[in-house]
Amino acid sequence: MSTATRATALPADFVKIATDPSTEPFWQAARERRLVAPRCADCGAFRLPPTPFCPHCQSTAVDWTELSGRATVYTYTVVNGYPGLPDITLVPVVVDLPDAPGVRLVSNVIGVDPAEVGIGTELTVDFHPVSDGWLLPVFRVASPPAKEQHS
Amino acid sequence: MAQDTGARDVAIAGIGATPYYRRGETAGQSITQLAGEAILAACADAGLSVTEVDGLAFYSLARAGYGEQMEAGELVETLGIRELKFSAALTGGGGGSAGAIGLARAAIVAGDASVVVTVMALQQRTRLGTVVASKTVTPISSFVQPSGLAGPGHLMSLLTRRHMHQYGTTRDAFAEIAISTRRNALSRPKARYRQPLTREQYFSARMIADPLCLYDFCLESEGAVAIVTTSIERARDLRQPPVPVLAAAHGGTREWGRAFSWFGMPDEVFASAGNKPIADRLYTRAGVRAQDIDVALIYDHFTPMVLMQLEDYGFCEKGEGGPFVLSGAIRYTPERKPGAVPVNTHGGQLSEAYVIGATHIVEGVEQLRGTAVNQVAGAELALVTGGPSAIPNSGLILGRDR
Repeated sequence: MSTATRATALPADFVKIATDPSTEPFWQAARERRLVAPRCADCGAFRLPPTPFCPHCQSTAVDWTELSGRATVYTYTVVNGYPGLPDITLVPVVVDLPDAPGVRLVSNVIGVDPAEVGIGTELTVDFHPVSDGWLLPVFRVASPPAKEQHS
Repeated sequence: MAQDTGARDVAIAGIGATPYYRRGETAGQSITQLAGEAILAACADAGLSVTEVDGLAFYSLARAGYGEQMEAGELVETLGIRELKFSAALTGGGGGSAGAIGLARAAIVAGDASVVVTVMALQQRTRLGTVVASKTVTPISSFVQPSGLAGPGHLMSLLTRRHMHQYGTTRDAFAEIAISTRRNALSRPKARYRQPLTREQYFSARMIADPLCLYDFCLESEGAVAIVTTSIERARDLRQPPVPVLAAAHGGTREWGRAFSWFGMPDEVFASAGNKPIADRLYTRAGVRAQDIDVALIYDHFTPMVLMQLEDYGFCEKGEGGPFVLSGAIRYTPERKPGAVPVNTHGGQLSEAYVIGATHIVEGVEQLRGTAVNQVAGAELALVTGGPSAIPNSGLILGRDR
């Protein structure tokens, strides 16, 4: 594969975000290029997506915790085509967040040959523009593999 | 086999369906027309007048697919049903298909209604394969939809990848599920696909959401299916041999939750079908084990989810689904073999038609009447599953009257 298609994220006008009082702080932080997650202010458990109650202790009290932006691929797929975008290549990914144990985030790995992504690949967060001025947390491979790509 | 201890208080007395169409072919018909045709066929099969129907037990919130809606009032009005005494739907989506018969049973056992119809009609005005992309975004779906996971298959490819990683499962296993299911459809007059599927075709097919290729996806079909449930006593007076409900269950645990609309499942259940709690309840209630099941009608929207359900329902150990199917254990043979279970003898949603789980109930009934096209000789116990999807998932064990 000499001309590998690089994975991207959906174009801004294809992605809309809706918020409610539980989720809005996540998106407001992303707009400032910060990745945050809600942590129960009573028992300390993280939860994602942000929901009204802590599933462990039913508390509604939340501390919004800023994360390092590091992540690890838990699972991924490679998608060829999207309605209205037949030629797009996406690598949707479910990531573990080392500083928010027990929860995961669904996102994309961008700027990469899909063949370079695997379970366990280390990532760092980036932010991608979507509709209405929001920014979407996406991920890039943390340190590109040192080995040479075969041509 | 030891005698089961199933409930046997209600039975399926009638089944009916429209022809099965490809996407777009029913555009000239309404949902009420399709659903009504299936209901009339099921009542005729039972030897009942449709005017005697007094209950409706839907699933998927009575949606017809994921866009249109079935309306109880419209069905009652046009079919001439005299009085409706029960009208309810399981929440969720296709996960409730088998469980809707449990909802019908609840109505009958409670004395609320006596002749209860379960119906599913499907048109793909909203194409199911990209339903995630086409839905209006919500605060919760904002955490999945932007990633470009356009449809259910894209979502489930992520579980599949995990299963391959954790257990060494290979695409050969998914190919075997697609190919063996197609074999079962070859002899089915109504099946949408009646040509054999080869390994070469499977492995050269377009990859849609890696590792899922075209043949891992179920069909984009249209049509309607209806099932009539009534008390075992009444069923015995009707035209067909009653097919008693031994056990029905629906639901699921918090660990599974919204499943692949969430992806927060703990490691030990992530690469599963979320049906283990349903399986445990069904077997306990029916007093049978997986090894007693003569034919398994497993909800097959995507091949790997069949494999993961075979594990959840105890036909093999967790993680052993790949070697199990590759041993030939799910292939249909008229005589049952030890350690094997014929799966989706009707060609399933992969090759006969996708009507959101309802065709599996029909096949379970035909197997236990002894009238199935691919009959398992002397079949006494059939497992029917719904989902796998966000909870509720569901399952059903059907038997023979005695």
